[in-house]
Amino acid sequence: MTPSASSGQALRQAQDRPQIIDRTSGLGAQPTPDFEEQRRHWEERSARGRRRRGPGSGAVDRTISDVPLKVAYDPSDVADLDPARDLAWPGAYPYTRGIHANGYRDRLWTMRQFAGFGTAAQTNARYHFLLAQGQHGLSVAFDMPTLMGYDSDAAQARGEVGKCGVAIDSLADMELLFDGIDMADITTSMTINGPACIALAQYVAAAEKKGIPRAKLGGTIQADILKEYIAQKEWIFPPRPHMRIIVDMIDFCTREMPKWNTISISGYHIREAGSTAAQELAFTLADGFAYVEACMAAGMDVDSFAPRLSFFFNSHIDFFEEIAKFRAARRIYARHMREKYGARNPRSWQLRFHTQTAGCSATAQQPENNIVRVAFEAMAAVLGGTQSLHTNSMDEVLALPTEKSVEIALRTQQVLAYETNVTNVVDPLGGSYYVEALTAEMERQAESYFAQIAEYGGVIEAIEAGFFQREIAEASYRYQRSIEAKERIVVGVNAFAKDEEAAEIELLKITEETERGQARAVQAVRQGRDGASVASSLDRLQAACRDPKDNLMPHLIDSVNAYCTEGEIVEAMAKVYGRYTETAVV
Amino acid sequence: MNERPLRIVIAKAGLDGHDRGAKVIARALRDAGMEVIYTGLFQTPEQIVQTAVQEDADGIGLSILSGAHMTLFPLVVEQLQAQGAGDIVFFGGGTIPPDDAQRLRDLGVRAIFTPGAPLQDIVDFVRSECGKRRALVG
Amino acid sequence: MARAISWSESGRGGDLIRALYAKTGRAMTLGLTGPPGVGKSTLASGLVRKARSLGKRVGVVSVDPSSPFSHGALLGDRIRLAEHFTDECVFIRSMASRGHLGGLAGATADAVLLMDAFGFDVVLIETVGVGQSEVAIAELAHTVLVALQPGSGDSIQVLKAGIMEIADVFVVNKADHPMADQLRREIRSTMEMLQWDGWVPELVVTQALAGTGIDELWSAVERHVAYLNETGEMEMRRRDAFTHQVRQLALGRLEQRLNRAIRDGARDGVDPYEAAERILASLPKF
Repeated sequence: MTPSASSGQALRQAQDRPQIIDRTSGLGAQPTPDFEEQRRHWEERSARGRRRRGPGSGAVDRTISDVPLKVAYDPSDVADLDPARDLAWPGAYPYTRGIHANGYRDRLWTMRQFAGFGTAAQTNARYHFLLAQGQHGLSVAFDMPTLMGYDSDAAQARGEVGKCGVAIDSLADMELLFDGIDMADITTSMTINGPACIALAQYVAAAEKKGIPRAKLGGTIQADILKEYIAQKEWIFPPRPHMRIIVDMIDFCTREMPKWNTISISGYHIREAGSTAAQELAFTLADGFAYVEACMAAGMDVDSFAPRLSFFFNSHIDFFEEIAKFRAARRIYARHMREKYGARNPRSWQLRFHTQTAGCSATAQQPENNIVRVAFEAMAAVLGGTQSLHTNSMDEVLALPTEKSVEIALRTQQVLAYETNVTNVVDPLGGSYYVEALTAEMERQAESYFAQIAEYGGVIEAIEAGFFQREIAEASYRYQRSIEAKERIVVGVNAFAKDEEAAEIELLKITEETERGQARAVQAVRQGRDGASVASSLDRLQAACRDPKDNLMPHLIDSVNAYCTEGEIVEAMAKVYGRYTETAVV
Repeated sequence: MNERPLRIVIAKAGLDGHDRGAKVIARALRDAGMEVIYTGLFQTPEQIVQTAVQEDADGIGLSILSGAHMTLFPLVVEQLQAQGAGDIVFFGGGTIPPDDAQRLRDLGVRAIFTPGAPLQDIVDFVRSECGKRRALVG
Repeated sequence: MARAISWSESGRGGDLIRALYAKTGRAMTLGLTGPPGVGKSTLASGLVRKARSLGKRVGVVSVDPSSPFSHGALLGDRIRLAEHFTDECVFIRSMASRGHLGGLAGATADAVLLMDAFGFDVVLIETVGVGQSEVAIAELAHTVLVALQPGSGDSIQVLKAGIMEIADVFVVNKADHPMADQLRREIRSTMEMLQWDGWVPELVVTQALAGTGIDELWSAVERHVAYLNETGEMEMRRRDAFTHQVRQLALGRLEQRLNRAIRDGARDGVDPYEAAERILASLPKF
């Protein structure tokens, strides 16, 4: 209690709670030393300890992202923190403490395991398994050719079909993928960016063929093209036409798919590419604001679309830094949305996000250790207030996960949710000197990056100048060097290693037969359809590409319904837009 | 004799855009005093080998994380032979399971590095193996 | 040829060049320089595409700066030329700016001669124009293109740094940039301050990513080549390039000898002036 508190308050408190220990009076009680005197005393002891500390303590004076750390934090580190302005209450602006007043008490996060491999039929079987295990929503991983806009029988697809996800060439595959699954009852997350507009069109068409109207569909599509140029490199068209496609999608979903999250602005891949936590935070939010600005420039009211924007972050292994990052993200976003973009609907101010544990923190050595890493990373995400979570499987660094390792990953979330009791109190680390100071530091670094991006003239200009790519390459090399120098320890890699016998865990492999089968399937689709409606739908699509006022989505749905393949649709659009090539930054 | 720095082509093949590993290794080899030619993303095996030949490279490092390694590595080996460039030291890295790695070594890929492999090991390997090649061809 | 360039890079190109020198002198050589980030590689790719469409065989020498610390180098300029990788009539060679026994200029000059001797019709030398040595390399070429980018401080610095004098054609790339016109005016006004006798540098505006302006750029180059041929300046340029290379080769060897003499002849107890006199006296007279 501060000295300024009135005696009335103190009295009420005394009545509310039985006093167990009276520390201020009583026989032989020692007077409490002055706080600053305590500090000096601690500083002396701390300095002595530091001199003694030999190698091998494991302590590093920086976060994994190179943020300098003190040995201990105290009230002076949060002297500038205004609780009303900077924290408020859970569920209230600026949402540092979370977007729900009751945190996870009302509703747990959604456990959503990303899955997809081989053919649509194989993945469909995995989905039935996951739903039976108690998973709440589905998440589609597409294979590389699908993500890059190539059909399974294209030359560029050789060796890649079904490897990193499921191959979806046409509406026929999408129908197979959701066979026997009630698309009105589940939510689906689709991780696809370049051809996101085509995947969304296929999803809508597949549902409507089952008699489910698009307005009833719930889920998320990633559709975040900016981070592709920055980090993940799965682009098709140049940035400016791609931005138009995304604005069209957001506009279409806002009008026709009220339950659909129009875009998932993703820092995950930026982090996987080797960025720091602050870079992940800053670049992702900068991308988000770029979409907001693009939609507003297209004449949309910010409150019409902002409530359906969502984010996707990485949860890395530096526990407190990650929590600070999530908290800072909410605060920065709320402030910009309200103050800069003039949003009035509180839902427009709330940053909702999905989290995935860091694939790049997993090691191929002693892969079982990854189970432990994932557990800590998952807890950081939950303490940071995530809305949904994917926990990586221990063997993902080696190959596609097996059913067993996927199950362990899901069980990790269940233990976290139902056994650890971390769900009972909202934002349990709020008010921690350390976490608050780190949250403020994250915000400071992000704002500094925003200023640098603005100097380039915006996100697209900074991409063209290679700014993000250079920053990330520097950071990832710095990190790798620190591992090499053993300034940082990675268990099983640069310490506690043992002679590796070949990994004993069973791995899932995709056969070449999958590729041949999928190639035959797409060829069969091309033969079995009405050629005239293919040609005419693609013509109309191209005309729409040339006319910025004509929303592309209805034309895409027409093309998909005519069983145009993804590759054909992309080819038609590329004739208007061209294809992107990178200014590589090493 | 080796007054000219070793020249290494670092390549990304197929549709896989995960270039973090490739870039980190490119930088590490540079810092070890080598000349690194980075091809950029989405290269075909033909393009990679053509680059190595024109650049008179001592080695090719290919990074693949998409699972297409059993298709693309053998194609590069094939191209190297077709171009009469079998002396170029070909090595690679990525998410490659141990038995696949063994099959690739049997095909003539000189080394496979998986995530977490120390950079120094890679640098040492390149220096020693490509150094031998250099001593042979001058 | 790939191996031959390597030999030149390690200072052992002499015999080859001697054998092939008679076959040189046919290629059209272009130098392309400018500050980092102006899109030189994209321009180079556009020029290669143009030359290929005219049925010409093209060689490219692309020079990147080396790390000053390790002498290692990251050569990433090929990326922009990827579409030409499997074209048998295009040969691309990356070079680091350090670590050449005969000096970078020597190795580049050899590479150009070799490509010329091996029958390439066009040889393009691409360098980052940040230092004197890079500028000197551009002088190996008959026609020097200086690329600049609007809104970039570096480009203005380059204009001030005297690169004006070596340019035969200015290229303002990224023409869609809001400050493109301003840069054009800036170049014009800088040009007005200089005296030109004979060829006055042309100014071409391009947008290399979209491929616009490349045809105009190529015409400007052809006009310059025609001018050189008509006025006989071509011979002068060739002679310049020849003396340049001779000078580089001789300097490189002299430096080696000098270094050896300094190493062997260093004596304590002698002042630097005296030491230098003695070393010079010990070198063979010319």
